[in-house]
Amino acid sequence: MFAFILSRILQALPVMLTVALISFAMFAYVGDPVAIMLGQDFTEAQRDALVRELGLDQPFFVQFAKFVVNAAQGEFGLSYRLSRPVAELIAERAPATLELAFCAAALALLVGVPMGVYTGLYRNSWLSRFFLTFSLIGVSLPTFLIGILLILIFSVWLGWLPSFGRGDVVQLGWWSTGFLTWSGIRALILPSITLGLFQLTLIMRLVRAEMLEVLRTDYIKFARARGLPNRAVHFGHALKNTLVPVITIAGLQLGAIIAFAIVTETVFQWPGMGLLFIQSVNAADIPVMAAYLLLIALVFVVINLVVDLLYYAVDPRLRVERGAVRGA
Amino acid sequence: MAALLEVRNLRVEFPTRRGVLTALDGVSFDIAAGEVLGVVGESGAGKSMTGAAIIGLLEPPGRIAGGEIRLDGQRIDNLPYERMRRIRGKEIGAIFQDPLTTLNPLYTVGRQLVETMQVHLGIGAAEARRRAIGWLEHVGIPAAAQRVDSYPHEFSGGMRQRVVIALALCAEPRLVVADEPTTALDVSIQAQIIALLKRLTREKGTAVMLITHDMGVIAETADRVAVMYAGRIAEIGPVREVVKHPRHPYSVGLMASIPPLDRRVERLAQIEGAMPRLSAIPPGCAFNPRCPHAFDRCRAERPELLEAGATRAACWLYDPASEKHVPESAIHG
Ligand SMILES: Nc1ncnc2c1ncn2[C@@H]1O[C@H](COP(=O)(O)OP(=O)(O)OP(=O)(O)O)[C@@H](O)[C@H]1O
Ligand code: SF4
Ligand SMILES: [Mg+2]
Repeated sequence: MFAFILSRILQALPVMLTVALISFAMFAYVGDPVAIMLGQDFTEAQRDALVRELGLDQPFFVQFAKFVVNAAQGEFGLSYRLSRPVAELIAERAPATLELAFCAAALALLVGVPMGVYTGLYRNSWLSRFFLTFSLIGVSLPTFLIGILLILIFSVWLGWLPSFGRGDVVQLGWWSTGFLTWSGIRALILPSITLGLFQLTLIMRLVRAEMLEVLRTDYIKFARARGLPNRAVHFGHALKNTLVPVITIAGLQLGAIIAFAIVTETVFQWPGMGLLFIQSVNAADIPVMAAYLLLIALVFVVINLVVDLLYYAVDPRLRVERGAVRGA
Repeated sequence: MAALLEVRNLRVEFPTRRGVLTALDGVSFDIAAGEVLGVVGESGAGKSMTGAAIIGLLEPPGRIAGGEIRLDGQRIDNLPYERMRRIRGKEIGAIFQDPLTTLNPLYTVGRQLVETMQVHLGIGAAEARRRAIGWLEHVGIPAAAQRVDSYPHEFSGGMRQRVVIALALCAEPRLVVADEPTTALDVSIQAQIIALLKRLTREKGTAVMLITHDMGVIAETADRVAVMYAGRIAEIGPVREVVKHPRHPYSVGLMASIPPLDRRVERLAQIEGAMPRLSAIPPGCAFNPRCPHAFDRCRAERPELLEAGATRAACWLYDPASEKHVPESAIHG
C-alpha cells in the first residue's frame, strides 16, 4: 500500500516538473519582469542591479532550479499588481473557491448519481425521458449562459437570491467560510448550480450508461435468479459495479470544477482564485499566474492519487499483489 | 401423482420491428420430484429460453404468450414479480453456463451465499455464515473456513462453478435449472462438476432440468431426455430409449452425429441443412425441409407428440392414420 502511494507520487513528479517548466517559461517569455518592476524611468545601473537581484543573469537551469525549490516551499515572490506575497493572496482566495467547488461537486454527485440510477432502471418512464432531455441542456449550454440565465430568473425577476459576491463570511483562523451565515449560504446557491450543472448531467449520463451495461451482466441475472430483492440487486450488486468508472470521471470532474471555476467566479464576481487569476491575466501578473497553474496541477495530481486509492477500496481484483498472475 | 413441474403448451414470443417471433411454440413436459430431465438440441432450439421462462426471467421484450407453467400444481407463469422472486432461489434454483461471469466480482463468495440464505431462510447472519462454510465444504472447496472470505477472482473456473452450485442449492430448492453448467469449463473438470451436481441433487432429492450439448453427460446423468428443435419438443422419453433408439427423425440424426466412445468412425453423420430461423419456420412439421422421410402431411399439418413405442415423438410417422405410418423400428439406419 505504502509502496503503491510512493510509486504514484514518483510518477506525478515529472508532471509537476513539466507544469513548473511552463510556469517558469512565462516569466521569461510573457512580458519582461524587469521592465514591469522598474516602471518608466530607470538607469542602466538600476536595471543591472535588479537583474542581478532577481538572478536573471544566471544560466537557465540555475534559475529554473531556484524556481522549483521556491515553489515547493510555496514561495512565488510578490505579485506585480498588488505587491503582496503571492502565497498570501492565494491563501486568502482559496476558501471561496474550495467552498464553491465543494458545493458544486456535492450537488453533482448527490443529485447526478440517483438520477443516473433512476434513468438506468426505468429507461422508458416519462421522468427518465425528462431527465435525459434536461441533461442535454446541461451538457450543451455554456456555463456563463447558465449563470446569466439563473441570475436573470432568481435575482432579477424573482429577487430571491443574490447575484454576486459571497455574502457575509466568518473568519476561522485564516479560512473564511460562507457556511455559517444565512447570506453566505444563499450566495452559494446560484454559483454552485452554475458550476455543478455540467458535471451533474455528465455524472448522470455516465451512471445511466454504466447501469444499463451492468444490468445486462450474468452476475445481475444470477442475483435475480437467486431471488434477491430488487433493492439489493440494484443498489448493492449493480450500483457498486458502476462505481469504478464513476469514481474516475467524478474525480477528474472535481479537478475540472476547481479549474474551471474561473468562468463562474467571473459571472458571479465570486472572490475566489479563479477571479484572482483572471485579474492577474489582465495585468500580466505572472507570479500569480504561475502559482495558480502549479496549484491546479497539484490538485489534479492529488485527485488522481485519491481516485486510485478508492479503486483499491472498491474493487478487490486490484488488490491482487503486483506481478502475481491471476488464478486460472 | 402430479409432477413437480408441469409445462403445458408453453409459447414464448418476441415482438420485433418486423413482426412477432415465436421462440417457443407448444412446449409441454413434466419433471417429477427428484428427477433429472436432460434437454438437448441444436444451438438456437430454445433450450435456454425454456429454462428462462421457468425461472421467470425471460429477457424483455420476450414474454410468455400462452400456456402454463405449474410448480406443485400452482401456476407460476403469471405471478407478480415479487411473488415470483420469492420462488426463485427458494423453490427453483438456477446454474448458469459461465462461472467466470456469474459471480459478482466485488463481493466475497461468503457474502453472496449469506445474502441468498438470509433472503430465503430467515436466518441470522452468524448462522448463515456457518452454513455458507458448510456449503463450500459440501461442494468440495478446500479450506472452506478461510475461502469463505475470498473474492470470486481468487478461485479457478471449476472452483467458481462449485460456488455457483452452492449458491443455487443453498436455499434447498426442489428444482434446479442448469443451463450448460460445464460448457465453459476445462474438459478435464467437466466430469467432476457433473458428478458433484448429480451427488448433491440426489442427496437432497432435487429435480434437475439439465440443458447440455454433451450426450455423454445426458446418458450418464439424466432419467429422461427432451429433444428440442426450432422452439418445439421433437421427442421426449427415457434416456436409454432416446439415446439408443431415437424415434423422431431429428433425434435419429442428432444421435448419429455423436461420436461413439467405443469405436472410431471415418466421418460422422450430419443432418443436411440448418435449423430454420425463427422468422422462417416452415408450416407443418418444422423439420420437414431436412427430413429424409417427409411426406405430404408433414408440410401441411403440425404433428403433436405421439406415442412412439417407449418415447413420444412429434412426427407423423407415428400416427396410424398417416398414409406413411411406419413401425417405429423401421427408420433406424
Ligand atoms: N432477444 C431476442 N429477440 C429475438 N430472438 C431471440 C432473442 N433471444 C433469443 N432469441 C432466439 O430464440 C431462440 C432460442 O434461443 P435459446 O437461447 O433458447 O437457444 P438454445 O437452445 O439455448 O441455444 P444454445 O445451445 O446456443 O444455448 C434462438 O433462435 C434465438 O435466436
Ligand atoms: S413429421 Fe414428417 S417431416 Fe416431421 S419428422 Fe416426422 S416424417 Fe419428418
Ligand atoms: Mg442456451
